[in-house]
Amino acid sequence: MIRFAAASKSYRVDGALVPALEPVDLVIERGEVFGIIGHSGAGKSTMLRLINLLERPTAGRIFIEDNDVTDATGSELRKLRAGIGMIFQHFNLLSSRTVADNVAFPLRIQGNVSDGEITARVDELLELVGLTAHARKYPAQLSGGQKQRVGIARALASRPSILLCDEATSALDPQTTASVLELLADINRRLGLTIVLITHEMDVIRRVCDRVAVLEAGQVVEMGAVADVFLHPKHPTTRRFVAEADHREGHGPEFSGVAGRLFRLSFRGEATYSPVLSNVVRDTGVEYNLLSGRVDRIKDTPYGQLTLAMNGERVDDALAQIRDAGVDIEEVAR
Amino acid sequence: MSPMQTLFPNIDWAEIGQACIDTLLMLGGSLLFTVVLGLPLGIWLFLTARGQLHARPKLYSALSLIVNVLRSVPFIILMILLIPVTKAITGVSIGIRGAIVPLVIGAAPFLARLVETALREVDRGVIEASQAMGATTSQIVTRVLLPEARPGLIAGATVTAVALVGYTAMGGIVGAGGLGALAYQYGYNGYKPDYMLVTVALLVVLVQILQSLGDRLVTRYSRR
Repeated sequence: MIRFAAASKSYRVDGALVPALEPVDLVIERGEVFGIIGHSGAGKSTMLRLINLLERPTAGRIFIEDNDVTDATGSELRKLRAGIGMIFQHFNLLSSRTVADNVAFPLRIQGNVSDGEITARVDELLELVGLTAHARKYPAQLSGGQKQRVGIARALASRPSILLCDEATSALDPQTTASVLELLADINRRLGLTIVLITHEMDVIRRVCDRVAVLEAGQVVEMGAVADVFLHPKHPTTRRFVAEADHREGHGPEFSGVAGRLFRLSFRGEATYSPVLSNVVRDTGVEYNLLSGRVDRIKDTPYGQLTLAMNGERVDDALAQIRDAGVDIEEVAR
Repeated sequence: MSPMQTLFPNIDWAEIGQACIDTLLMLGGSLLFTVVLGLPLGIWLFLTARGQLHARPKLYSALSLIVNVLRSVPFIILMILLIPVTKAITGVSIGIRGAIVPLVIGAAPFLARLVETALREVDRGVIEASQAMGATTSQIVTRVLLPEARPGLIAGATVTAVALVGYTAMGGIVGAGGLGALAYQYGYNGYKPDYMLVTVALLVVLVQILQSLGDRLVTRYSRR
């Protein structure tokens, strides 16, 4: 469990204090995948670094498993950090060491792990990330996706209970991003690791996170379960992120010639795959016109979101029936 | 007369041989102590600079000033100024041993700057990753900074070694011996151009060897 208790951070720039993160109160539960989304400069990088104290809070406290670690120094700090793995946008591997030596590095600096144990652990980790064949290579000989896998293996070497991901897929192409995210989700399931990731892509959040916090100008402007935030974004910043993920720029003029009332229907879980709309049409005789939509998954949950125009005398009955089937409806202003 | 005697009528080859040995001894000795002093000084400069692991801006400014002063005094003046220091350390003020003290004091600050520059080239992200793993500062220096900067450090040592060749030749003027002394005494003051030619040619060869050795090591340790 990670807890931010009114933790904030300001930087001194030319003598003046500039806030990077306003006081944050939040709890990240053990074993969850928690996403922090924001544009660059929103404070997400600072927030992530408060967890392993690469940045110290200016005010407030940081708790890990109920221990106040805010002022940890020396061996206490090093022990804390050994229990928190971290991966980076640009991988940050040691270019002078082989893949195997990079993965062994955190164990070597701890100094209390025998060579035999290190070799065994490195083999096991390289197998986990699928890089056994590349153990003797140097980072420069690997692709971006392979480098990030080395980064993940290295971060897991000392069996941490928390993994911090700093824009871990932002330097990767979409296909590699998908495979790295799948690996992270797999690690979370198999090892029960708590994962905190920061990103500027809602798609990353949608694929792996359980909960999300949206950061804007150093403030958490929205937070909740990914499905809620994704399907019913409230804050303008969140709406923009969701729109980007859906590759749409809001509904505006393009529906102006469409007759009827506009509604956005959000299906979740089982409702996604049941014939709700055809039942409603049969029972009420309304007509509908599908304007835009998407059927996909949020982590493991199927969802669908459709925007449609509805005509007919019994539109209100139709809406009631749709609601009864467990589908959320919002009327879209036009 | 053999062709060598026709071409180089004035040269005593045994003396040239001894001068080569003297130059190599001065170079080897001074390079060793230059690295022993310059490397830690460079690391210290790097660590204490603003925004670095052990930022101490005032200490950094003081160190930086000392390094700059030593680098700006012309070597020939430094040698004369350092005579009392040299005597105190080695007991002599001339000869190979006498030359090593000013050579080291002249070259160590130069190497220190090159070390500092090489360390700054190390990706900050790699240092941050090491901190995140719980590495101590000394672990970061010995296991991250030095290995990652190795090509730059070797290149810096090579440049320093070449500069030291030049300094040893100047040392010859004040009686340190070696190839520079021969070039100056016989070649310049004694009007024997063959001496000048041979000694300078040997110095050129020495610099070439040092540079290509350095380049080869840099290539070998470059993993980027």
